[in-house]
Amino acid sequence: MINSKYFFKGFNSIKKMDSPAIALGCCFVAIGALLKNIGFNIQESIFSTLLIYALPGSLVMAESLLVGASLLNIFLAVWLVNARLYPMTVSLMPLLMHKSQPRWKYYLSCHFIAVSAWLIMKSRYQSVEKKHRIDFWIGIGTATWSVAILGTLIGFLSADFLNKDMMIGLAIVNPVYFMCMMVGAMKTIQVSLSVILGAILGPLFFFISPEWSILYGGFSAGTIAFFIGELNVK
Amino acid sequence: MSNSIILAILVTSLATYMSRFLGVVSSEKIKETSKLFRWFNCLAYSTLAALIARIIIFPAGALSEIDYLIRFIIVIISLLIFYVFKRNLVYPTFFSAIILAILSSYY
Repeated sequence: MINSKYFFKGFNSIKKMDSPAIALGCCFVAIGALLKNIGFNIQESIFSTLLIYALPGSLVMAESLLVGASLLNIFLAVWLVNARLYPMTVSLMPLLMHKSQPRWKYYLSCHFIAVSAWLIMKSRYQSVEKKHRIDFWIGIGTATWSVAILGTLIGFLSADFLNKDMMIGLAIVNPVYFMCMMVGAMKTIQVSLSVILGAILGPLFFFISPEWSILYGGFSAGTIAFFIGELNVK
Repeated sequence: MSNSIILAILVTSLATYMSRFLGVVSSEKIKETSKLFRWFNCLAYSTLAALIARIIIFPAGALSEIDYLIRFIIVIISLLIFYVFKRNLVYPTFFSAIILAILSSYY
């Protein structure tokens, strides 16, 4: 069903020195502590990371619960902040699709699409032949997912020992790590422009609409970068 | 309270999985060599960059208590460390967390 050789090759790729496991773990430690502080019990905290596994979504959920937002409001707010997963999936799955593989693997493993696993897969997919990429991906996804769940557990258990300064320290790890990883991925004109323009336009659109800023900024920056890149290739 | 937490988790996971699921549905029809694929590739990177920039510039929660100049300096130094240590990801991450925790305790 799943080729274990490629599964473990993917699973072990997070053990490398520059793996996202540390940053990912730190973020979910912060989430675990936050969830405990807003009144989640241990099962609920783990359950939420297990099912959601997208950090900004969990944060939005926690904030919405604090202000007593309705379920519909939570749904819309989470959808807006996590809509980036759609272009991320569309720009990853075609690289993994192979006729010989069953469809359920794709529909189940898309749950693992989150910044960390996605960036690793994008940088390593060429090292695996297309037929086995999905198993490699499931390995990476299982590993990063496990780290997130473990991080949530540690955060929940250590919430009482984490003071405010440590929480602030944990909070910067995530953006700094992903920023470095994105800058490291800037190897073509299109990707470089997408990253730079996205980082400029995203915050600019925040002044127009905080909720929609990521989508507006991302969409316009990505589209501009695409056309400039296409013109340069020809 | 407990009941509403479970419902909130389910609603959040549904809203999150929806984008991933629709992404796979669309992927079935998109070839990796097509222009459409390259466009989505740009969109994915730019949306991620927009999200990360927003977290740094307009943070919510713990980070919002830190002055934006300090956040900005930490981000710039982290990027420099990233390049100085040949694109190692661990040093800038650790540096940023420790420096920020120390700064915020003095601040």
